[in-house]
Amino acid sequence: MKTARVPVPLLVPAVLGLLFLILPLVGLLARTPWSTLPARLAEPQVVEALKLSLLTSTMATVLCLVLGVPLAWMLARVTFPGRRLVRALITVPLVLPPVVGGIALLLALGRRGLVGQWLDSTFGITLPFTTTGVVIAESFVALPFLVIAVEGALRGADSRYEEAAATLGSTRWTTFTHVTLPLVAPGIAAGAVLCWARALGEFGATITFAGNYPGITQTMPLAVYQTMESGDLEGAVVLSLILLIVSVAILAGLRDRWLTAP
Amino acid sequence: MRIVAIGLAALIALAGCGDSGTDEPGTTSSGSAVTGSVNVFAAASLTESFTTIGKQFETAHPGTTVVFNFAGSSALATQINEGAPADVFASASPKNLKVVVDAGNSEGTPTTFVKNQLVIAVAKGNPKGIAGPADLTRPDLKVALCAEAVPCGAAAKTAIEAAGVKVTPVTLEQDVKAALSKVKLGEVDAALVYRTDARAAAADVDAVEFPESAKAINDYPIVALKDAKNAAGAQAFIRYVLSAEAGRVLTEAGFQAP
Repeated sequence: MKTARVPVPLLVPAVLGLLFLILPLVGLLARTPWSTLPARLAEPQVVEALKLSLLTSTMATVLCLVLGVPLAWMLARVTFPGRRLVRALITVPLVLPPVVGGIALLLALGRRGLVGQWLDSTFGITLPFTTTGVVIAESFVALPFLVIAVEGALRGADSRYEEAAATLGSTRWTTFTHVTLPLVAPGIAAGAVLCWARALGEFGATITFAGNYPGITQTMPLAVYQTMESGDLEGAVVLSLILLIVSVAILAGLRDRWLTAP
Repeated sequence: MRIVAIGLAALIALAGCGDSGTDEPGTTSSGSAVTGSVNVFAAASLTESFTTIGKQFETAHPGTTVVFNFAGSSALATQINEGAPADVFASASPKNLKVVVDAGNSEGTPTTFVKNQLVIAVAKGNPKGIAGPADLTRPDLKVALCAEAVPCGAAAKTAIEAAGVKVTPVTLEQDVKAALSKVKLGEVDAALVYRTDARAAAADVDAVEFPESAKAINDYPIVALKDAKNAAGAQAFIRYVLSAEAGRVLTEAGFQAP
Protein backbone atom coordinates (compact mmCIF):
# COMPACT_ATOMS: atom_id res chain seq x y z
CA MET A 1 0.00 0.00 0.00
CA LYS A 2 1.29 3.41 -0.90
CA THR A 3 1.20 5.98 1.88
CA ALA A 4 0.72 9.43 0.51
CA ARG A 5 1.73 12.50 2.47
CA VAL A 6 -1.15 13.73 4.63
CA PRO A 7 -2.03 17.33 3.71
CA VAL A 8 -1.33 19.71 6.58
CA PRO A 9 -4.81 21.36 6.46
CA LEU A 10 -6.23 17.93 7.24
CA LEU A 11 -3.57 16.72 9.61
CA VAL A 12 -3.61 19.69 12.01
CA PRO A 13 -7.38 19.78 12.70
CA ALA A 14 -7.43 15.99 12.90
CA VAL A 15 -4.76 15.97 15.59
CA LEU A 16 -6.46 18.86 17.40
CA GLY A 17 -9.76 16.98 17.27
CA LEU A 18 -8.14 13.92 18.77
CA LEU A 19 -6.47 15.97 21.51
CA PHE A 20 -9.78 17.65 22.28
CA LEU A 21 -11.36 14.26 22.89
CA ILE A 22 -8.46 12.82 24.83
CA LEU A 23 -7.50 15.78 27.00
CA PRO A 24 -10.47 15.61 29.42
CA LEU A 25 -9.77 11.92 29.92
CA VAL A 26 -6.15 12.74 30.71
CA GLY A 27 -7.41 15.35 33.18
CA LEU A 28 -9.52 12.68 34.87
CA LEU A 29 -6.61 10.27 35.03
CA ALA A 30 -4.25 12.95 36.34
CA ARG A 31 -6.55 13.63 39.30
CA THR A 32 -7.19 9.98 40.08
CA PRO A 33 -6.04 8.90 43.53
CA TRP A 34 -4.93 5.45 42.37
CA SER A 35 -4.13 4.19 45.85
CA THR A 36 -7.71 4.53 47.09
CA LEU A 37 -9.23 3.07 43.92
CA PRO A 38 -9.58 -0.55 45.13
CA ALA A 39 -11.01 0.53 48.48
CA ARG A 40 -13.60 2.71 46.73
CA LEU A 41 -14.54 -0.10 44.40
CA ALA A 42 -15.27 -2.28 47.41
CA GLU A 43 -17.64 0.27 49.00
CA PRO A 44 -21.16 -1.19 49.18
CA GLN A 45 -22.75 1.90 47.71
CA VAL A 46 -20.41 1.84 44.72
CA VAL A 47 -20.98 -1.86 44.13
CA GLU A 48 -24.72 -1.27 44.41
CA ALA A 49 -24.68 1.61 41.91
CA LEU A 50 -22.44 -0.28 39.49
CA LYS A 51 -24.64 -3.39 39.62
CA LEU A 52 -27.74 -1.29 39.10
CA SER A 53 -26.12 0.50 36.16
CA LEU A 54 -25.09 -2.73 34.45
CA LEU A 55 -28.50 -4.32 35.08
CA THR A 56 -30.58 -1.39 33.89
CA SER A 57 -28.48 -0.60 30.82
CA THR A 58 -28.57 -4.26 29.77
CA MET A 59 -32.33 -4.43 30.28
CA ALA A 60 -32.73 -1.18 28.36
CA THR A 61 -30.69 -2.63 25.50
CA VAL A 62 -32.88 -5.74 25.39
CA LEU A 63 -35.99 -3.57 25.35
CA CYS A 64 -34.50 -1.41 22.60
CA LEU A 65 -33.65 -4.50 20.52
CA VAL A 66 -37.17 -5.89 20.86
CA LEU A 67 -38.79 -2.60 19.87
CA GLY A 68 -36.07 -1.02 17.78
CA VAL A 69 -35.18 -3.72 15.25
CA PRO A 70 -38.78 -4.04 13.98
CA LEU A 71 -39.08 -0.27 13.89
CA ALA A 72 -35.87 0.03 11.88
CA TRP A 73 -37.10 -2.68 9.51
CA MET A 74 -40.40 -0.84 8.97
CA LEU A 75 -38.52 2.34 8.17
CA ALA A 76 -36.10 0.64 5.81
CA ARG A 77 -38.36 -1.82 4.02
CA VAL A 78 -41.95 -0.58 4.09
CA THR A 79 -43.20 2.49 2.29
CA PHE A 80 -45.98 4.06 4.29
CA PRO A 81 -47.39 7.57 4.44
CA GLY A 82 -45.62 9.80 6.94
CA ARG A 83 -42.45 7.75 6.95
CA ARG A 84 -40.32 10.87 6.85
CA LEU A 85 -42.19 12.28 9.81
CA VAL A 86 -41.72 9.06 11.75
CA ARG A 87 -38.02 9.11 10.98
CA ALA A 88 -37.80 12.70 12.22
CA LEU A 89 -39.74 11.84 15.39
CA ILE A 90 -37.34 9.03 16.16
CA THR A 91 -34.44 11.44 16.25
CA VAL A 92 -36.20 13.75 18.73
CA PRO A 93 -34.78 12.05 21.83
CA LEU A 94 -31.33 12.55 20.29
CA VAL A 95 -31.64 16.31 20.18
CA LEU A 96 -33.82 16.70 23.26
CA PRO A 97 -31.86 17.56 26.39
CA PRO A 98 -32.15 14.39 28.52
CA VAL A 99 -33.61 16.35 31.44
CA VAL A 100 -36.41 17.55 29.19
CA GLY A 101 -36.83 13.93 28.15
CA GLY A 102 -37.21 13.08 31.83
CA ILE A 103 -39.87 15.74 32.31
CA ALA A 104 -41.67 14.55 29.18
CA LEU A 105 -41.61 11.01 30.55
CA LEU A 106 -43.07 12.26 33.84
CA LEU A 107 -45.85 14.05 31.99
CA ALA A 108 -46.61 10.89 30.02
CA LEU A 109 -45.87 8.07 32.44
CA GLY A 110 -45.76 9.80 35.82
CA ARG A 111 -48.43 9.39 38.46
CA ARG A 112 -50.41 12.29 37.01
CA GLY A 113 -49.24 11.66 33.45
CA LEU A 114 -51.33 10.96 30.37
CA VAL A 115 -50.82 7.21 30.47
CA GLY A 116 -49.35 7.00 33.95
CA GLN A 117 -52.58 8.13 35.56
CA TRP A 118 -54.38 5.23 33.96
CA LEU A 119 -51.61 2.77 34.84
CA ASP A 120 -51.88 3.89 38.45
CA SER A 121 -55.66 3.79 38.72
CA THR A 122 -56.13 0.54 36.77
CA PHE A 123 -53.12 -1.56 37.74
CA GLY A 124 -51.69 0.36 40.67
CA ILE A 125 -48.42 0.69 38.74
CA THR A 126 -46.34 3.81 39.18
CA LEU A 127 -43.08 3.99 37.27
CA PRO A 128 -41.19 6.97 38.74
CA PHE A 129 -38.80 6.09 41.58
CA THR A 130 -38.58 2.44 40.48
CA THR A 131 -35.82 0.47 38.77
CA THR A 132 -38.25 -0.08 35.89
CA GLY A 133 -38.45 3.70 35.64
CA VAL A 134 -34.67 3.80 35.20
CA VAL A 135 -34.88 1.22 32.39
CA ILE A 136 -37.59 3.28 30.69
CA ALA A 137 -35.62 6.52 30.96
CA GLU A 138 -32.50 4.84 29.58
CA SER A 139 -34.44 3.18 26.76
CA PHE A 140 -36.01 6.48 25.78
CA VAL A 141 -32.67 8.13 25.16
CA ALA A 142 -30.89 5.04 23.79
CA LEU A 143 -33.50 3.69 21.37
CA PRO A 144 -32.78 6.20 18.56
CA PHE A 145 -29.14 5.08 18.50
CA LEU A 146 -30.20 1.50 17.85
CA VAL A 147 -32.89 2.35 15.31
CA ILE A 148 -30.60 4.59 13.30
CA ALA A 149 -27.75 2.07 13.31
CA VAL A 150 -29.99 -0.84 12.32
CA GLU A 151 -31.85 1.14 9.68
CA GLY A 152 -28.52 2.15 8.18
CA ALA A 153 -27.42 -1.48 8.12
CA LEU A 154 -30.71 -2.55 6.50
CA ARG A 155 -30.43 0.09 3.80
CA GLY A 156 -26.84 -0.87 3.16
CA ALA A 157 -27.66 -4.57 2.93
CA ASP A 158 -28.07 -6.13 -0.48
CA SER A 159 -31.82 -6.51 -0.93
CA ARG A 160 -31.38 -9.06 -3.75
CA TYR A 161 -31.04 -11.83 -1.15
CA GLU A 162 -34.43 -10.91 0.26
CA GLU A 163 -35.93 -10.73 -3.22
CA ALA A 164 -34.46 -14.13 -4.04
CA ALA A 165 -36.00 -15.58 -0.88
CA ALA A 166 -39.34 -14.06 -1.81
CA THR A 167 -39.26 -15.54 -5.32
CA LEU A 168 -38.56 -18.92 -3.73
CA GLY A 169 -41.86 -18.61 -1.87
CA SER A 170 -40.57 -17.43 1.49
CA THR A 171 -42.98 -15.30 3.52
CA ARG A 172 -41.88 -11.86 4.65
CA TRP A 173 -41.52 -13.09 8.23
CA THR A 174 -39.38 -16.08 7.20
CA THR A 175 -37.31 -13.83 4.98
CA PHE A 176 -36.82 -11.47 7.90
CA THR A 177 -35.73 -14.16 10.35
CA HIS A 178 -33.69 -16.31 7.93
CA VAL A 179 -32.22 -13.81 5.49
CA THR A 180 -32.43 -10.23 6.72
CA LEU A 181 -31.45 -10.75 10.36
CA PRO A 182 -28.28 -12.79 9.66
CA LEU A 183 -27.38 -10.32 6.94
CA VAL A 184 -27.52 -7.27 9.19
CA ALA A 185 -26.43 -8.99 12.42
CA PRO A 186 -23.18 -7.01 12.65
CA GLY A 187 -25.14 -3.78 12.23
CA ILE A 188 -27.58 -4.80 14.95
CA ALA A 189 -24.70 -5.72 17.23
CA ALA A 190 -23.02 -2.38 16.64
CA GLY A 191 -26.30 -0.57 17.29
CA ALA A 192 -26.87 -2.58 20.46
CA VAL A 193 -23.42 -1.71 21.78
CA LEU A 194 -23.97 1.97 21.06
CA CYS A 195 -27.39 1.76 22.68
CA TRP A 196 -25.94 0.02 25.76
CA ALA A 197 -23.18 2.58 26.14
CA ARG A 198 -25.68 5.44 25.89
CA ALA A 199 -27.93 3.78 28.45
CA LEU A 200 -25.00 3.22 30.81
CA GLY A 201 -24.06 6.88 30.75
CA GLU A 202 -27.65 8.15 31.02
CA PHE A 203 -28.09 10.81 33.67
CA GLY A 204 -30.57 13.60 33.03
CA ALA A 205 -33.67 11.64 32.11
CA THR A 206 -32.97 9.13 34.87
CA ILE A 207 -32.62 11.61 37.73
CA THR A 208 -35.65 13.55 36.54
CA PHE A 209 -37.97 10.65 35.80
CA ALA A 210 -36.76 7.93 38.15
CA GLY A 211 -35.35 10.05 40.96
CA ASN A 212 -32.29 9.26 43.01
CA TYR A 213 -32.31 6.58 45.67
CA PRO A 214 -29.42 4.23 46.43
CA GLY A 215 -30.02 0.65 45.35
CA ILE A 216 -33.24 1.44 43.49
CA THR A 217 -32.65 4.27 41.05
CA GLN A 218 -29.16 5.56 41.82
CA THR A 219 -27.08 4.43 38.84
CA MET A 220 -23.37 5.18 38.53
CA PRO A 221 -23.76 8.55 36.76
CA LEU A 222 -26.13 9.66 39.54
CA ALA A 223 -23.71 8.39 42.18
CA VAL A 224 -20.91 10.35 40.50
CA TYR A 225 -23.03 13.49 40.50
CA GLN A 226 -24.13 13.12 44.10
CA THR A 227 -20.57 12.44 45.24
CA MET A 228 -19.36 15.55 43.46
CA GLU A 229 -22.24 17.60 44.86
CA SER A 230 -21.32 16.61 48.39
CA GLY A 231 -17.91 18.16 47.82
CA ASP A 232 -16.06 14.87 47.45
CA LEU A 233 -14.43 15.58 44.10
CA GLU A 234 -11.86 12.85 44.57
CA GLY A 235 -14.61 10.32 45.15
CA ALA A 236 -16.43 11.52 42.05
CA VAL A 237 -13.28 11.10 39.96
CA VAL A 238 -12.80 7.57 41.25
CA LEU A 239 -16.42 6.63 40.52
CA SER A 240 -16.17 8.10 37.02
CA LEU A 241 -13.04 6.11 36.37
CA ILE A 242 -14.64 2.89 37.59
CA LEU A 243 -17.56 3.45 35.23
CA LEU A 244 -15.15 4.25 32.41
CA ILE A 245 -12.99 1.17 33.03
CA VAL A 246 -15.97 -1.17 33.29
CA SER A 247 -17.60 0.14 30.13
CA VAL A 248 -14.37 0.11 28.12
CA ALA A 249 -13.58 -3.43 29.34
CA ILE A 250 -17.03 -4.68 28.35
CA LEU A 251 -16.94 -2.95 24.98
CA ALA A 252 -13.44 -4.27 24.26
CA GLY A 253 -14.53 -7.77 25.28
CA LEU A 254 -17.56 -7.60 23.00
CA ARG A 255 -15.53 -6.27 20.12
CA ASP A 256 -13.24 -9.26 20.19
CA ARG A 257 -15.85 -11.91 20.69
CA TRP A 258 -18.87 -10.61 18.95
CA LEU A 259 -18.39 -7.63 16.76
CA THR A 260 -15.52 -8.76 14.57
CA ALA A 261 -16.76 -10.10 11.30
CA PRO A 262 -15.85 -13.76 10.79
CA MET B 1 -34.84 21.14 35.54
CA ARG B 2 -32.53 22.23 38.33
CA ILE B 3 -29.95 19.82 37.04
CA VAL B 4 -29.97 21.45 33.69
CA ALA B 5 -29.73 24.80 35.41
CA ILE B 6 -26.75 23.65 37.44
CA GLY B 7 -25.08 22.11 34.42
CA LEU B 8 -25.74 25.15 32.32
CA ALA B 9 -24.61 27.50 35.02
CA ALA B 10 -21.41 25.52 35.40
CA LEU B 11 -20.87 25.56 31.65
CA ILE B 12 -21.63 29.24 31.37
CA ALA B 13 -19.39 29.88 34.33
CA LEU B 14 -16.58 27.94 32.67
CA ALA B 15 -17.16 29.35 29.21
CA GLY B 16 -17.46 32.85 30.57
CA CYS B 17 -14.14 32.68 32.39
CA GLY B 18 -12.58 35.23 30.09
CA ASP B 19 -15.33 37.77 29.79
CA SER B 20 -17.93 37.34 32.53
CA GLY B 21 -16.19 39.71 34.89
CA THR B 22 -16.87 42.64 32.66
CA ASP B 23 -15.76 45.18 35.19
CA GLU B 24 -13.58 47.89 33.81
CA PRO B 25 -10.07 48.12 35.23
CA GLY B 26 -10.06 50.31 38.29
CA THR B 27 -13.51 49.46 39.60
CA THR B 28 -12.14 46.62 41.66
CA SER B 29 -9.61 48.75 43.48
CA SER B 30 -11.43 51.85 44.61
CA GLY B 31 -14.70 50.48 45.96
CA SER B 32 -16.54 53.74 45.37
CA ALA B 33 -17.75 53.22 41.80
CA VAL B 34 -19.65 49.99 41.47
CA THR B 35 -20.14 48.85 37.90
CA GLY B 36 -19.94 45.74 35.80
CA SER B 37 -21.43 42.37 36.51
CA VAL B 38 -21.57 40.79 39.93
CA ASN B 39 -21.59 36.99 39.86
CA VAL B 40 -23.63 35.71 42.75
CA PHE B 41 -23.72 32.00 43.57
CA ALA B 42 -26.78 31.49 45.74
CA ALA B 43 -28.66 28.58 47.30
CA ALA B 44 -31.63 27.33 45.28
CA SER B 45 -34.00 28.40 48.06
CA LEU B 46 -32.99 32.02 47.46
CA THR B 47 -34.08 31.94 43.80
CA GLU B 48 -37.17 34.16 44.05
CA SER B 49 -36.04 36.62 46.71
CA PHE B 50 -32.54 37.11 45.32
CA THR B 51 -33.88 37.61 41.81
CA THR B 52 -35.97 40.48 43.17
CA ILE B 53 -33.10 41.81 45.27
CA GLY B 54 -30.80 41.61 42.26
CA LYS B 55 -33.17 43.77 40.21
CA GLN B 56 -33.41 46.31 43.03
CA PHE B 57 -29.64 46.34 43.32
CA GLU B 58 -29.27 47.00 39.60
CA THR B 59 -31.67 49.92 39.91
CA ALA B 60 -29.81 51.29 42.90
CA HIS B 61 -26.45 50.91 41.16
CA PRO B 62 -26.91 51.85 37.51
CA GLY B 63 -24.37 50.15 35.29
CA THR B 64 -24.33 46.95 37.25
CA THR B 65 -25.69 43.57 36.29
CA VAL B 66 -26.23 40.82 38.80
CA VAL B 67 -25.72 37.36 37.36
CA PHE B 68 -27.06 34.53 39.49
CA ASN B 69 -26.12 30.89 39.65
CA PHE B 70 -28.76 29.16 41.76
CA ALA B 71 -28.14 25.56 42.80
CA GLY B 72 -27.78 23.32 45.82
CA SER B 73 -25.31 24.94 48.24
CA SER B 74 -22.97 21.94 48.15
CA ALA B 75 -22.76 22.04 44.35
CA LEU B 76 -22.02 25.76 44.49
CA ALA B 77 -19.28 25.22 47.07
CA THR B 78 -17.68 22.61 44.81
CA GLN B 79 -17.92 24.89 41.79
CA ILE B 80 -16.35 27.79 43.68
CA ASN B 81 -13.50 25.66 44.98
CA GLU B 82 -12.91 24.41 41.45
CA GLY B 83 -12.42 27.97 40.28
CA ALA B 84 -15.83 29.04 38.98
CA PRO B 85 -15.85 32.84 38.59
CA ALA B 86 -18.00 33.89 41.52
CA ASP B 87 -17.93 37.17 43.41
CA VAL B 88 -20.40 36.35 46.19
CA PHE B 89 -21.54 33.10 47.77
CA ALA B 90 -24.84 32.91 49.66
CA SER B 91 -25.27 29.47 51.18
CA ALA B 92 -28.29 27.85 52.82
CA SER B 93 -26.14 26.57 55.64
CA PRO B 94 -22.87 27.49 57.36
CA LYS B 95 -21.53 23.98 56.70
CA ASN B 96 -21.38 24.43 52.92
CA LEU B 97 -19.96 27.90 53.27
CA LYS B 98 -17.27 26.57 55.59
CA VAL B 99 -16.05 24.33 52.75
CA VAL B 100 -15.25 27.46 50.76
CA VAL B 101 -13.77 29.30 53.75
CA ASP B 102 -11.60 26.32 54.66
CA ALA B 103 -10.27 26.15 51.11
CA GLY B 104 -9.11 29.75 51.53
CA ASN B 105 -11.45 31.06 48.85
CA SER B 106 -13.42 33.57 50.91
CA GLU B 107 -12.68 37.21 51.66
CA GLY B 108 -13.65 38.65 55.02
CA THR B 109 -16.05 37.22 57.57
CA PRO B 110 -19.30 35.55 56.54
CA THR B 111 -22.46 37.25 57.75
CA THR B 112 -25.69 35.46 58.53
CA PHE B 113 -28.47 37.39 56.80
CA VAL B 114 -31.57 35.20 57.25
CA LYS B 115 -32.84 32.01 58.82
CA ASN B 116 -35.16 29.48 57.27
CA GLN B 117 -37.30 26.67 58.59
CA LEU B 118 -38.69 23.48 57.07
CA VAL B 119 -42.31 22.71 56.32
CA ILE B 120 -43.98 19.72 54.72
CA ALA B 121 -45.03 20.63 51.21
CA VAL B 122 -48.14 18.74 50.12
CA ALA B 123 -50.50 18.90 47.15
CA LYS B 124 -52.97 21.79 47.13
CA GLY B 125 -55.77 21.11 49.58
CA ASN B 126 -53.73 18.41 51.34
CA PRO B 127 -55.74 15.51 49.86
CA LYS B 128 -53.79 12.90 51.82
CA GLY B 129 -54.45 14.65 55.13
CA ILE B 130 -50.82 14.99 56.17
CA ALA B 131 -50.64 16.64 59.57
CA GLY B 132 -47.04 16.15 60.65
CA PRO B 133 -43.83 14.13 60.35
CA ALA B 134 -45.49 11.01 61.80
CA ASP B 135 -47.77 10.84 58.74
CA LEU B 136 -44.74 10.67 56.46
CA THR B 137 -44.14 7.10 57.59
CA ARG B 138 -47.50 5.98 56.16
CA PRO B 139 -46.90 3.25 53.56
CA ASP B 140 -49.41 4.77 51.12
CA LEU B 141 -47.40 7.97 50.88
CA LYS B 142 -44.47 8.82 48.64
CA VAL B 143 -42.02 11.26 50.18
CA ALA B 144 -39.16 13.21 48.61
CA LEU B 145 -36.29 14.52 50.68
CA CYS B 146 -33.20 16.47 49.72
CA ALA B 147 -29.93 14.55 49.70
CA GLU B 148 -28.07 14.93 52.96
CA ALA B 149 -25.24 16.81 51.31
CA VAL B 150 -27.48 19.81 50.63
CA PRO B 151 -28.68 21.98 53.52
CA CYS B 152 -32.37 21.13 53.14
CA GLY B 153 -31.45 17.44 53.36
CA ALA B 154 -29.33 17.91 56.46
CA ALA B 155 -32.10 19.97 58.06
CA ALA B 156 -34.70 17.38 57.08
CA LYS B 157 -32.68 14.64 58.75
CA THR B 158 -32.40 16.68 61.96
CA ALA B 159 -36.09 17.57 61.97
CA ILE B 160 -37.22 14.00 61.30
CA GLU B 161 -34.95 12.70 64.03
CA ALA B 162 -36.29 15.35 66.38
CA ALA B 163 -39.78 14.09 65.60
CA GLY B 164 -38.66 10.57 66.46
CA VAL B 165 -39.90 8.96 63.25
CA LYS B 166 -38.22 6.98 60.52
CA VAL B 167 -39.08 8.19 57.02
CA THR B 168 -38.12 6.21 53.93
CA PRO B 169 -38.16 8.60 50.99
CA VAL B 170 -38.54 7.42 47.39
CA THR B 171 -35.94 9.87 46.16
CA LEU B 172 -33.12 12.08 47.41
CA GLU B 173 -33.20 15.26 45.37
CA GLN B 174 -30.18 17.43 44.68
CA ASP B 175 -31.70 20.70 45.78
CA VAL B 176 -34.83 21.98 47.45
CA LYS B 177 -36.46 23.15 44.22
CA ALA B 178 -36.13 19.68 42.70
CA ALA B 179 -37.83 18.18 45.75
CA LEU B 180 -40.58 20.78 45.53
CA SER B 181 -41.16 20.16 41.82
CA LYS B 182 -41.80 16.47 42.56
CA VAL B 183 -44.71 17.63 44.75
CA LYS B 184 -45.92 20.09 42.12
CA LEU B 185 -45.94 17.31 39.51
CA GLY B 186 -47.84 15.06 41.89
CA GLU B 187 -45.14 12.40 41.75
CA VAL B 188 -44.73 12.47 45.50
CA ASP B 189 -47.30 13.23 48.19
CA ALA B 190 -45.00 15.21 50.41
CA ALA B 191 -41.55 16.74 50.55
CA LEU B 192 -39.64 18.52 53.26
CA VAL B 193 -38.82 21.94 51.88
CA TYR B 194 -38.22 25.40 53.30
CA ARG B 195 -41.16 27.52 54.30
CA THR B 196 -39.98 30.06 51.73
CA ASP B 197 -40.05 27.55 48.88
CA ALA B 198 -43.54 26.41 49.82
CA ARG B 199 -44.65 30.03 49.95
CA ALA B 200 -43.14 30.79 46.55
CA ALA B 201 -45.08 27.83 45.14
CA ALA B 202 -48.28 28.59 47.05
CA ALA B 203 -50.31 28.32 43.85
CA ASP B 204 -49.47 24.63 43.56
CA VAL B 205 -48.68 23.39 47.05
CA ASP B 206 -49.81 23.78 50.64
CA ALA B 207 -47.40 23.96 53.54
CA VAL B 208 -47.86 21.93 56.71
CA GLU B 209 -45.96 23.49 59.59
CA PHE B 210 -44.61 21.19 62.29
CA PRO B 211 -43.04 22.11 65.63
CA GLU B 212 -39.98 19.86 65.26
CA SER B 213 -38.73 22.02 62.39
CA ALA B 214 -37.72 24.56 65.03
CA LYS B 215 -34.93 22.14 65.91
CA ALA B 216 -33.53 22.39 62.41
CA ILE B 217 -33.39 26.07 61.61
CA ASN B 218 -30.89 26.93 58.90
CA ASP B 219 -28.71 30.00 59.05
CA TYR B 220 -27.97 31.55 55.66
CA PRO B 221 -24.51 33.08 55.54
CA ILE B 222 -23.20 35.29 52.75
CA VAL B 223 -19.55 36.01 51.98
CA ALA B 224 -17.41 37.71 49.33
CA LEU B 225 -14.93 35.55 47.49
CA LYS B 226 -11.19 35.99 47.31
CA ASP B 227 -10.92 35.55 43.56
CA ALA B 228 -13.80 37.94 42.88
CA LYS B 229 -13.31 39.74 39.59
CA ASN B 230 -15.59 42.46 40.87
CA ALA B 231 -14.62 42.90 44.52
CA ALA B 232 -16.32 46.29 44.86
CA GLY B 233 -19.49 44.88 43.34
CA ALA B 234 -19.35 41.92 45.71
CA GLN B 235 -19.09 44.16 48.78
CA ALA B 236 -21.86 46.43 47.51
CA PHE B 237 -24.16 43.48 46.85
CA ILE B 238 -23.57 42.03 50.32
CA ARG B 239 -24.23 45.44 51.89
CA TYR B 240 -27.45 45.60 49.91
CA VAL B 241 -28.56 42.12 51.01
CA LEU B 242 -28.07 43.25 54.63
CA SER B 243 -30.04 46.47 54.03
CA ALA B 244 -33.57 47.10 55.27
CA GLU B 245 -34.90 47.16 51.74
CA ALA B 246 -33.61 43.69 50.91
CA GLY B 247 -34.69 42.56 54.38
CA ARG B 248 -38.29 43.38 53.48
CA VAL B 249 -38.09 41.19 50.35
CA LEU B 250 -36.63 38.33 52.37
CA THR B 251 -39.20 38.61 55.15
CA GLU B 252 -42.01 38.72 52.63
CA ALA B 253 -40.64 35.52 51.10
CA GLY B 254 -40.95 33.84 54.49
CA PHE B 255 -37.40 34.08 55.78
CA GLN B 256 -36.79 34.98 59.41
CA ALA B 257 -34.40 37.69 60.54
CA PRO B 258 -31.12 36.23 61.85
